[in-house]
Amino acid sequence: MAKTPKPDQLLNIDYNPPKTGWMETPVDFRPGTWCYPGKAESLTTVGLPNPRKWSPEDEDWKLPENWKQIIMDGLRERLERFRSLKLFMDICVRCGACSDKCHFFIGSGDPKNMPVLRAELLRSIYRKEYTTAGKIMGKMVGARELNEDVIKEWFYYFFQCTECRRCSVYCPYGIDTAEITMIARELLNLIGCNIDWVVTPVANCYMKGNHLGIQPHGLVDSMDFLIENIEDITGITIEPTWNRKGAEILYIPPSGDLFADPGTFGIMGQLMVLHEIGLDYTLSTYASEGGNFGLFTSHEMAKRLNAKMYAEAKRLGVKWILGGECGHMWRVVHQYMDTMNGPADFLETPTSPITGTKFEHAKSTSMIHITEFTSDLIYHNKLKLDPSRNDSIVATFHDSCNPSRAMGLLEEPRYILKHVCNNFYEMPDDTIREHTFCCGGGSGLGSDENMEMRMRGGFPRANAVKYVHKKHGVNMLTCVCAIDRATLPPLMRYWLPQVDVCSVHELVGNALVMEGEKERTENLRFEPLGTEDDE
Amino acid sequence: MTQVPDVLKGLLADKKAIIVSKWFHNLCQEYPDKTVKHLKSGKSQFANPVGHNLRQGLDGIFDQVLEDVDSENFRLNLDRILRIKAVQDFSPSQAIAFIFILKKLIREELQGQLDGEVLYKELAVIEQRIDNIALVAFEIYLQCKETIYQLRIDEVKRKCAILERINMLNQGPAAIEYEGSTQ
Repeated sequence: MAKTPKPDQLLNIDYNPPKTGWMETPVDFRPGTWCYPGKAESLTTVGLPNPRKWSPEDEDWKLPENWKQIIMDGLRERLERFRSLKLFMDICVRCGACSDKCHFFIGSGDPKNMPVLRAELLRSIYRKEYTTAGKIMGKMVGARELNEDVIKEWFYYFFQCTECRRCSVYCPYGIDTAEITMIARELLNLIGCNIDWVVTPVANCYMKGNHLGIQPHGLVDSMDFLIENIEDITGITIEPTWNRKGAEILYIPPSGDLFADPGTFGIMGQLMVLHEIGLDYTLSTYASEGGNFGLFTSHEMAKRLNAKMYAEAKRLGVKWILGGECGHMWRVVHQYMDTMNGPADFLETPTSPITGTKFEHAKSTSMIHITEFTSDLIYHNKLKLDPSRNDSIVATFHDSCNPSRAMGLLEEPRYILKHVCNNFYEMPDDTIREHTFCCGGGSGLGSDENMEMRMRGGFPRANAVKYVHKKHGVNMLTCVCAIDRATLPPLMRYWLPQVDVCSVHELVGNALVMEGEKERTENLRFEPLGTEDDE
Repeated sequence: MTQVPDVLKGLLADKKAIIVSKWFHNLCQEYPDKTVKHLKSGKSQFANPVGHNLRQGLDGIFDQVLEDVDSENFRLNLDRILRIKAVQDFSPSQAIAFIFILKKLIREELQGQLDGEVLYKELAVIEQRIDNIALVAFEIYLQCKETIYQLRIDEVKRKCAILERINMLNQGPAAIEYEGSTQ
């Protein structure tokens, strides 16, 4: 609750509060700006240190007694292991190219969200410990001592970076602040300072195979519910299999899509496509999570959670893995999976049994994103589509951070959209593709207690959507990321309530003309299927 | 609302550019120095959406101060600014303070010309309008805050609905875990 000012404070409203340097500006843990800390039992489940009950609002964060040593040892170890970190610490020339590129800086106006300054939070400690100039001249060269206030500052700001990497696109040296954030979060993990929205899904995924902690029968029940919906809308019965040995393909969607709207409509669309082409695939109740919140925790945790995908693929004897509509899954698959859990020499280069296309770029990981698969089907005219069923929708496409900047997944979703929707408009060039703005809730920041912070971070994206809404009447924001589907709806409700959010495959499902289907009168949301002719 | 007297209206219309510019400068000064530079950078509305919206909003509000108030546009321009400030690190009083600053800026700008009793009376009309705008601003600011609270409530309700949907409630108390709260 806002604190009522005292009478003398009321008379002294300072329109221009004093400006302080970044090292002297303390952190204010106001409600709405931070995420709840990780629950003790979740930390215990995955063996993370210092599980306890604590709050960022407390003075005492109950750090271990030797926390300083732990951090410095952890930093030293990581500097030796990761050459990239050493480079990023040394190579920044403070050119400022990144400074106004971070959506959190743009939306908040807080300079410590400038990527250059965010990196300085860690770099200043590195400089004090590892550079001669830093040891001797201290603050003059941007070096400072590590103390508890620094740890609090790290917690505040490294859980305000969504690891979207927009800054790295503009940096002439390619410094990746997302990697710096990952390292900083690893260091914070060493002393037990993490957020529940990351740690509990990690614990769930470790114990039960998916971030929501759903047990096998829960997954199957949920899928059955969606299958009933598909049957009501199309008249077609789909019967996906679970844990089937000998299937050609293992299909792993993000678990959130089985339960949370609008992701559920996307999964419906995907099931319809896979059924229509008669794909020989199986789901798995063990490898039931396409996503990987381990990525937001540490390298080791990412590897640990990702291992089950290959383990299950081996157990079931499939040929390759098809990932669902997930954002950070793509990043893990594309940039980390091979090193972490490869080589998957028991799997093959993903080859579409319908079109014959060999996805050579996935030769070593043997896993592709469903939009690659579906766009290939459309390219080869293997799907019968009636885009007029989506005529009431004026769509634009939000490039999710991980697919766009983790290299490569830019054209496939667009190709699909242009074939299933007659009204598609791009947002301005400097807000899409590699320049895309984050939703404001990525890397585990999509909780409810930091709603204000999410609205700040998502403002640049919402601003771009507003532009195309005004110019072209856009009323639907499409994306291929499950986190986006959770975080963009509230963002739109705050900034632009006239625009809804959906997954790309929801529109595919609407447009898909299935063999033997009944006349479609409703879209996948059970809304009347109006075309422009009906108006 | 009382119509703005013509003499003053003309004077202020002539000085609009300079007043709005100073008003924008004042608004930017509420942010840290490094941010002020960015807000005033004149970059595109997509690279600098906060600066752009603040500027456009102030421009629109100034026009409304002089003209008969069109409540829809008027609220839109206030909303442009307050919706941003409602989610930044400003207290409610800090968020709304910029409206009152306009009074000070107008007086400063018209200093040499405010020597007639008539003009002072006309100025009172303008200042009354600015006070009324501030009252509307309180409402808009609170609406923005209420939307945030409602979004939070809806997120929690959504989580509950998901849990019910997968029947976790039937699995006993250990399974009923909401996101950890230490409050």
